[in-house]
Amino acid sequence: MNGPQDLGGQMGFGSVAPEKDEPYFHAAWERRALGVTLCAGAMGAWNIDESRHARESLHPADYYSSSYYQIWIKALETLLKRHGFVSERDLAAGKAVDPATTPKRVLKAENVPDVLAKGGPCDRPVATPARFGPGDLVRTKNFHPTGHTRLPRYARGKQGVVEAVRDGFVFPDDNAHGQGENPQWVYTVVFDGAEIWGEGADPTLTISIDAWESYLEPA
Amino acid sequence: MSHDHDHDNELDPFAARVRALETILTQKGLIDPAAIDVIVDTYETKIGPRNGAKVVAKAWVDPDFATWLKRDATAAIGSLGYTGRQGEHMQAVFNAADTHNLVVCTLCSCYPWSVLGLPPVWYKAPPYRSRAVIDPRGVLEEFGLTLPATTKIRVWDSTAELRYLVVPMRPKGTEDWSEERLADLVTRDAMIGTGLARVPA
Repeated sequence: MNGPQDLGGQMGFGSVAPEKDEPYFHAAWERRALGVTLCAGAMGAWNIDESRHARESLHPADYYSSSYYQIWIKALETLLKRHGFVSERDLAAGKAVDPATTPKRVLKAENVPDVLAKGGPCDRPVATPARFGPGDLVRTKNFHPTGHTRLPRYARGKQGVVEAVRDGFVFPDDNAHGQGENPQWVYTVVFDGAEIWGEGADPTLTISIDAWESYLEPA
Repeated sequence: MSHDHDHDNELDPFAARVRALETILTQKGLIDPAAIDVIVDTYETKIGPRNGAKVVAKAWVDPDFATWLKRDATAAIGSLGYTGRQGEHMQAVFNAADTHNLVVCTLCSCYPWSVLGLPPVWYKAPPYRSRAVIDPRGVLEEFGLTLPATTKIRVWDSTAELRYLVVPMRPKGTEDWSEERLADLVTRDAMIGTGLARVPA
């Protein structure tokens, strides 16, 4: 979706303002927000693509005025309601009022090290051979899906060169919406700065994205 | 905990909102609050940019490891024990005399947690995510880094599940340094590309 998350090339947000010796957390609640989000995800009711889509589906005004952990928590409430774990009445009361769906699993403290060390690999075998190879000229599609996609707007309809064929990976545009993993080949595609930004582009700049095969056509 | 003043009080509505959510999920038996403690402790004390610095230092002193890192970063990094969440599929990109690499995630906040830990706030915020791809030199200036006008800049937008680690150039004058000493020169920002390795004093 052309949502608030798709930030590449937008203007007006000001300077980056790196913070010297930045702490990992700026408030105690951020620690709990990280942990609650990971524990809730570990129930196995949704995947990372659905959770990314829940975050980018916040109203733009809300997204831009929220810190990242606030975005996580707001999206988490949506996911928990969608999957029947938490109700509006629970949230209004600040305690459990309604019964919850049974989760696939509950992450216990003793299992955390193993679960974090294992992560969630999302490479998958793809039955068909890769359509493109290194050096191939490709053009990204120009599309504007209303659902989740990982092709940023600034890189749509642009010509680039395939630099590397990666692995087969779960296709987020489907996986975010419960339509299956449908893995595709992923390619690193490089664009000249001028192809993306046109007049005035930094002549020394190249930009790459990692693109699923269906984002690309031969150029 | 390294951060000793507590902002989590009754006056902060967001703190109350997170606490309520944790309470509801705990009461329903959906989460184990002790698991949250372990997760927080892991990312606050065990997994951080020190991991990535060791990877870079090893690549500087061991050409075979550097070749492996270039070819299969996930396996090479895994051989040092750094695996797991948000580091499942790693790619190392090497700075060269004429090329500087910079990593961003314009669409969310993808970051190689297994080698760099949790991302800093600026990495997740709109100014960096919007400008790194269109004005990388301007962004680098804000980190105090001015590159020669002829240096090529390659920006890697982490749009899929590959996570990028920048291997900065080894500073001059460190030829006889041990891996351990070299690792102290490798900052988090150098491994994102918003900095260079520290120069020995």
